[in-house]
Amino acid sequence: MLKEKRIFNKKLVIAGLIIFIGVITFPFWFNHAKVVAPPEVKLTEKAKEAKECVLPDKVKMRGNHMQLLDMWRDTVVRDGNRKYIGTNGKEYEMSLSNTCLDCHSNKADFCDKCHEYASVNPYCWDCHIDNPKETKNNETQ
Amino acid sequence: MKRNRREFLKLAGITTASVIGATSGLTMAEASGSGEAKHKAILAKNQKALTAKRWGMVIDTTKLQTASDIEPIISACHKIHNVPEMTNKNHEIKWIWEEEFKHVFAEQEHELVNERLRHLPFLVLCNHCKNPPCVRACPTNATFQTKEGIVMMDFHRCIGCRFCMAACPYGSRSFNFQDPRPFIKETNKEFPTRMKGVVEKCNLCAERLAVGKLPFCVEASNGAIIFGDLDDPQSEIREVLNTNYTIRRKPALGTGPSIYYIV
Repeated sequence: MLKEKRIFNKKLVIAGLIIFIGVITFPFWFNHAKVVAPPEVKLTEKAKEAKECVLPDKVKMRGNHMQLLDMWRDTVVRDGNRKYIGTNGKEYEMSLSNTCLDCHSNKADFCDKCHEYASVNPYCWDCHIDNPKETKNNETQ
Repeated sequence: MKRNRREFLKLAGITTASVIGATSGLTMAEASGSGEAKHKAILAKNQKALTAKRWGMVIDTTKLQTASDIEPIISACHKIHNVPEMTNKNHEIKWIWEEEFKHVFAEQEHELVNERLRHLPFLVLCNHCKNPPCVRACPTNATFQTKEGIVMMDFHRCIGCRFCMAACPYGSRSFNFQDPRPFIKETNKEFPTRMKGVVEKCNLCAERLAVGKLPFCVEASNGAIIFGDLDDPQSEIREVLNTNYTIRRKPALGTGPSIYYIV
């Protein structure tokens, strides 16, 4: 019985298996060579001064700012509510252009850093204008 | 171990039920957790915000006699809303613009129409209809009517199908055939631009009403445009409508425009 349990075309099958595993694990060993450090975002002076963001929890802000922006957009555009009183009791105008980007006026050193790292490509800036300094830099480039 | 069909079905049922129970329990816990945080944050209107049941405008054409009376109003609006000045006429974007009598009031036009009216430049914009055909045509709800009667657009949701443009009998809507940014002379950093592939139009300065300011065209018109609540019998606009003969554009279509003209 045992004799029957053998692999036909053993060499081919094993070579094929090795190639298959090699291909499927390509992203792991290819990226293993170069370690990509997590991005370090720079805060503007204004942002540092404020100490807290709209969501006081930094991790939540990092992870959920897109949901927050989504909710802000719907309430502003659909319901006409423009004031947001956060869990920390602070009042904000719900505006990406005028509230978020006013403090975080360094798109290249703040927004782009993480977005590039996470390989996401939000199209916020197709319409919302980033801060004045940034546009000046872009113009001189 | 041999199972008959009955036992198998029982086991499968119990497993499914327990999996569903566990996952819904988890999501419930998650939702209530984040719901708590959301509950504390308050979304509110600005206290200074101007409110109405139905916003409307009266344009007094007796005070807007020449193109030079109208031009500052148009450029004021287009400047603060980052409306581009397209070089190609076919790609033109306009929120508020100038039009001749025969186009504005096509049904009332005849060969012996008053000489003054024939050459008078009329200011036209989105009529913020009571029964807006563009809203019905929009397949994504990007265009909608607010509780205050403003026909608004959520540019995020616009897919650029242009059904609204076909539906609008007033030509109040423009399509961005190309990226508008290079054609904006002076950008107002506080207001977003649009992107290629979306439709845009007048928003009755919803962003200004929200902070207690009048629409910019009203402010720039030196009293030639009267703005107010059409549903409030005590309002200035109702007083003006009561004391003047006014006409609206294409009333027979039943769209119920909120823009009235004193001619």
